[in-house]
Amino acid sequence: MNLTLRIWRQRGPQDKGRMVTYPIQDVSPDMSFLEMLDVLNERLILSGEEPVAFDHDCREGICGMCSLMINGEAHGPQRGTTACQLHMRQFSDGDTIDIEPWRARAFPVVKDLVVNRNAFDKIIAAGGYITAPTGSAPEAHSVPVAKNNADAAFESAACIGCGACVAACPNGSGMLFTAAKITQLSLLPQGQPERYTRVIGMVDAHDEAGFGGCTNIGECAAACPKGIPLNTIGRLNRDYLKATAKRAGTPGS
Amino acid sequence: MAVTGIILVLFLVAHMLGNLKIFTGETSFDHYAHWLREIGTPLLPSTWYLWIQRAVLTVAVLAHIASATVLAVRARAARPVAYAHRRKIHVNYAARTMRWGGVIILLFVIYHILDLTSGHLNPQGDPANPYGNVVADFAPERWYVTLFYTLALVTLGFHLRHGAFSAFRSLGQQTPAGERRARAAALVFAVVLVGGYLVVPFAVLTGLVA
Ligand code: HEM
Ligand code: SF4
Ligand code: FES
Repeated sequence: MNLTLRIWRQRGPQDKGRMVTYPIQDVSPDMSFLEMLDVLNERLILSGEEPVAFDHDCREGICGMCSLMINGEAHGPQRGTTACQLHMRQFSDGDTIDIEPWRARAFPVVKDLVVNRNAFDKIIAAGGYITAPTGSAPEAHSVPVAKNNADAAFESAACIGCGACVAACPNGSGMLFTAAKITQLSLLPQGQPERYTRVIGMVDAHDEAGFGGCTNIGECAAACPKGIPLNTIGRLNRDYLKATAKRAGTPGS
Repeated sequence: MAVTGIILVLFLVAHMLGNLKIFTGETSFDHYAHWLREIGTPLLPSTWYLWIQRAVLTVAVLAHIASATVLAVRARAARPVAYAHRRKIHVNYAARTMRWGGVIILLFVIYHILDLTSGHLNPQGDPANPYGNVVADFAPERWYVTLFYTLALVTLGFHLRHGAFSAFRSLGQQTPAGERRARAAALVFAVVLVGGYLVVPFAVLTGLVA
């Protein structure tokens, strides 16, 4: 297939940046989206131009590094799929494809399509962990966990921290990520002691990082490659209400 | 947002039910409007209750607008550089029209108060005869008034559909099955409420109420 790519090029954080058009020929429908970008980069290098910087690591949908806004959709047109797992057969010959970085104040562009997602680490650092060492996995039956809770916690734990939820949100909110990281712990026995300080700490860190407020729109869940459901945010809200009613404070206090 | 919204929703339900009294005839409707001014008497002087309700509603509306503004300002700040390719919309339209929809509803309420409460913009504008005001307002030759009311109410319907669901969610609705129920309840509520309001102007338009 022959395609026209329009890619966001930005030399560094201070550069203003612009969309640049690159025609690309002989793209195989079996290539992954990132392989297609590799081919483009090879050609750019051969012609002495600067290759397009983009984030990637595992290329199998588990690390959360890839972060491309493809034709206005986070991770591209295929639902439940990261950009690295997206294949060129999702496009047709002659298509124009716009490729942009995640757009959020909390995710400043480092270069081209690479953004700094440190803000997510700050949210995790504000309570997205268990302070006490709990050792290796306990014998499965020693602490019973209701099946529903185990399933919901597992569903939340699937979040790979890619940031597509923020990129897709009209409010630029990171609430789906925050909710996934909170509920994977709040549904399990190990997460209980710090349950209510965790939610306050993490929501505060989320707001301080410059993310927008959640208005329950649901674009995040539609964009999430791991299918984190929107009701996860309801779990967060309930914990937050309880926490503000019962006790407040920061994790560890 | 959720708490102030609920206060406004309670008013909307009461107001809709009150409007439906138009079908019980002129004397009954006018008597109802008169009664509104007498609620709480003799404990409260006449019209005090009405003014208290107006004060509560004004505070709720202002607080509702204030929190919406905070959210809108945060959203703007959270994405300083816009996407070159417009973001595709995957989820419902209602959720995406809350801000402008709210502004339209506010303008409607201002017009509506000048129309049917103060009477300034009403062809009859007789405070002693609200029934006559409503009938004069939605007379067939004033079809554009009915059209404007209809558009405003449909906007209100969208606003309520997402608003009601969002209030459930903000107040801790958390299971997937509950989400389906909350969405269904919000939709039914919005449709019933808008329908309940719209029958009045359309009854006047078609001559059912004259
Ligand atoms: C077709 C639909 C509607 C009709 C026929 C209608 C009719 C009326 C009438 C007759 C009054 C004057 C009552 C009186 O002074 O005794 C009134 C007042 C009012 N209406 Fe409506 N209304 C409608 C829809 C709405 C909607 C959708 C809203 C809000 C979004 C609304 C908000 C108000 C407010 C705030 C007042 C003033 C209440 C006060 O005096 O304190 N109305 N309406
Ligand atoms: S919730 Fe989904 S979209 Fe958001 S960071 Fe986690 S995996 Fe990515
Ligand atoms: S590169 Fe690891 S998820 Fe896409």
